Amino acid sequence: MLNHSLRQLASLLAEGKASSVELCTDYLDRIEALNRQLNAFITVDRAKTLLEARAADARRAQGEAGPLTGIPVAHKDIFCAEGWLTTCGSKMLANFVSPYDAHIISRFKAAGMPCLGKTNMDEFAMGSSNETSYFGPVKNPWDLKAVPGGSSGGAAACVAARLAPAATGTDTGGSIRQPAALCGITGLKPTYGVCSRYGMIAFASSLDQAGPMALSAEDCALLMNVMAGFDERDSTSLQRAAEDYARDLDKPLTGLKIGLPREFFGQGMAPDVARAVEAAIAEYRKLGAQTVEVSLPNMHLSVPVYYVLAPAEASSNLSRFDGVRYGHRAADYSDLTDMYERTRAEGFGAEVKRRILIGTYVLSHGYYDAYYLQAQKLRRLIARDFAEAFQQCDVILGPTAPTTAFDLGAKNADPVQMYLSDIYTIAVNLAGLPGMSLPCGFGDDGRPIGLQLIGNYFAEARMLNVAHQYQLATDWHTRQPRLGG
Amino acid sequence: MQWETVIGLEVHTQLTTRSKIFSGASTAFGAEPNTQACAVDLALPGVLPVLNRGAVERAIKFGLAIGAKLNRINVFARKNYFYPDLPKGYQISQYELPIVEAGELPIQVGDATKVIRITRAHLEEDAGKSLHEDFHGMTGIDLNRAGTPLLEIVSEPDMRSAKEAVAYAKALHNLVTWIGICDGNMQEGSFRVDANVSVRPVGQQAFGTRREIKNLNSFRFLEQAIDYEVRWQIEQLEDGHTIQQATVLFDPDTGETRMMRTKEEAHDYRYFPDPDLLPVRLDDDLIAQMQAELPELPQAKQARYQADWGLSAYDAGTLTGARALAEYFETVVETLTKATLTRNPLPEGEADKAAARLRESAKLAANWVMGELSGTLNRDGLDIADSRIGPASLAALLGRIQDGTLSGKLAKEVFAAMWAGEGEADAIIEARGLKQLSDSGEIEKIIDAVLAANAKSVEEFRAGKDKAFNALVGQVMKASQGRANPAQVNALLKKKLAG
Repeated sequence: MLNHSLRQLASLLAEGKASSVELCTDYLDRIEALNRQLNAFITVDRAKTLLEARAADARRAQGEAGPLTGIPVAHKDIFCAEGWLTTCGSKMLANFVSPYDAHIISRFKAAGMPCLGKTNMDEFAMGSSNETSYFGPVKNPWDLKAVPGGSSGGAAACVAARLAPAATGTDTGGSIRQPAALCGITGLKPTYGVCSRYGMIAFASSLDQAGPMALSAEDCALLMNVMAGFDERDSTSLQRAAEDYARDLDKPLTGLKIGLPREFFGQGMAPDVARAVEAAIAEYRKLGAQTVEVSLPNMHLSVPVYYVLAPAEASSNLSRFDGVRYGHRAADYSDLTDMYERTRAEGFGAEVKRRILIGTYVLSHGYYDAYYLQAQKLRRLIARDFAEAFQQCDVILGPTAPTTAFDLGAKNADPVQMYLSDIYTIAVNLAGLPGMSLPCGFGDDGRPIGLQLIGNYFAEARMLNVAHQYQLATDWHTRQPRLGG
Repeated sequence: MQWETVIGLEVHTQLTTRSKIFSGASTAFGAEPNTQACAVDLALPGVLPVLNRGAVERAIKFGLAIGAKLNRINVFARKNYFYPDLPKGYQISQYELPIVEAGELPIQVGDATKVIRITRAHLEEDAGKSLHEDFHGMTGIDLNRAGTPLLEIVSEPDMRSAKEAVAYAKALHNLVTWIGICDGNMQEGSFRVDANVSVRPVGQQAFGTRREIKNLNSFRFLEQAIDYEVRWQIEQLEDGHTIQQATVLFDPDTGETRMMRTKEEAHDYRYFPDPDLLPVRLDDDLIAQMQAELPELPQAKQARYQADWGLSAYDAGTLTGARALAEYFETVVETLTKATLTRNPLPEGEADKAAARLRESAKLAANWVMGELSGTLNRDGLDIADSRIGPASLAALLGRIQDGTLSGKLAKEVFAAMWAGEGEADAIIEARGLKQLSDSGEIEKIIDAVLAANAKSVEEFRAGKDKAFNALVGQVMKASQGRANPAQVNALLKKKLAG
């Protein structure tokens, strides 16, 4: 059962071979057994989960089950969920129980899918290794010495370790795709605006996007059917007709044009990653696809542009964590300013502070034009590069991350090295495009390698089709890490 | 040295939307603290703003009413600073691209009209309130007001005295309440004024250094604060000091302004476009719809009262000082004119006399509305909307003056009775027997009796004392219990005394 696809789990439930309570209990038992090693969850609440599971079973008994009713999902701790501790991986919110549901959470509730728990993450989604979490790092199930990637590291690790059949993540600069790659699972970041951001704690508002993380492209497609949709509470949510993201999964890839950006295949990519990506390209050719070289000439600017814009927005988004209304407040303070300073000094970790400082600086009087405005202009150039590339191809393909998962602690001393692990993913957020990562092999160290697909705006269904056909022809996505315990 | 005062005003007007500018919470005033603050107003983690269309519509109406440029694309930005009553740590406001730019508002200064230029008007959210009393060394926060929609209206430094500043503030207050975008309630903070004040030697082109007086919530305080500030600045300069740019507060108890912060302490607000909100696009249809919903504006009414109804600029200005007043006045004029035409139709070919009649009615109505009615309302502390005499009833009373039934004096008595709730004019006239005496024979009888009884006054008059005539008129009026038509009394008495 642990390797079942969502469709298989749905059949078990539909045929009465398992109940949601049984399914949830199995996963909760596994979490109980293995989470101590992995630290993938911040909050697990058996009673709450089983309450939802019983409700799902009751719903099925009344003949009102939806396609995925009863299947549990683990939610990244960035999503506010009513009655659940919602920490965003920070000491600042270590005591925050949300009084309301994020839009994404309410969609899963409406689908009858119980919450299996809240997954660990980099503090306020700022990090690429899940090491900035106040609740400690998550371990990579393939190698407990390795990081799982970040910021959705808990989500990726729990799906890879089969502690949950599916999970939600968020992706601001690669936070779904990079951990999916490093943990050997499939993750999708939709087009900006497809999933509502309401109730998703903001890091960088113009880049943040929620998406599914699961064992396969097919599972991601089914999860997208739950998650996507207009929400009037998010002004950047797009009003579009509902679509079935699984509709094109079975289309053959004959005639598919895959763009290979020159800039993705130069220096920087580790040889084992390069070999795996080349092998995937060969596989696609066998499946009838053509490849064409494309260029993203401003690609090299994406990391610096991102590290101006994302911290700028973050510095403002995180101002609400001031100790006044909820969350952490320093115990002793002499006056208002002292309360703010101590609260924020104690409540935020080093990486969050670093980004607040950068963001405050680039928005300051006299620097705004040189940094923020300039970065906005470059952002448009980066988006234009993609638009031109998509004149020549249907999807863009490349590596998700330059290397396999690195060791815990390996990049902590050098933030720039850490930032560069998102070098292939960040441009996609800047352009607002959909992107995904799927397993395509293993490195010399036995750790997973991710293949990145980038689609044009709203081309999620096509991208999922391209990924699914590859997964029909390969078995990388079915490989499972061996865990003791 | 002769000094010139330079004043510009920033006015925060609270818009009349039922819900807040970025959330669905109610904007009603006076609720228990924090009962009208939803998740968005409390800035819980993860919440997002959604713009209230009603706020945009009201801003468009204002822009149209001052002949301003409406920015077809306008943008909300974040103004970042920390304060306990600012839940998000930033205020959503418009910065580089406000919704309204470059308008004008004419004001009346004495007999002259002066045009004050309005630089811009932008939409923003209000902050909450910090309550420093009753918390024993702590501060309470009430977020009911957080997110209330404001239109901040910024003028050019076009005013040259506290009087002009007050005239502008009043004209603006009249306009925003007139077009229904603000309830104008200054006690509740719906209309708050910041005054930027500087002085310079007469003849100097460059502006002096300004100080900003924050949060003035009455016209009287506005005038007092500016007067004090101007005296203070002149004193400083004449003593050889310089003025430091600063923000000051006015203390109504002492009548003085005191320093809040200097420019050096000013925040760097780190404005940037709010990524949670899309740029606002105004389309032609919406603008046309707002234009159609605008009522006739005070300026237009004022011009019409002068041109068509022959009122003076002063009267026309006073009567358009509030929309309800103007509407009351117009109803009186219309009702009165209709009644006159019914009672006394214009003969064929004399249609041109209609205009003259209208002017006569308008003048009479203006005198009564601005005189007896306004005086009584003031005395009782009532608004025109709460008048105990409706416009149709007043028109009926004035009709009795026009048809000669009542003298002005009797009309006032009837007015007072109407105010006291004794009924309509005609019923009171009937009940009190106040009908004016216009029968010459009757009046002559009374005059004869008075002359006979006041031989001494007659002597004095004949000896050249004009005062004696007035005494005799008074006696006749008294003898008729005030009912005699005064014009007839005058004429007949003159005739008798001459004879």
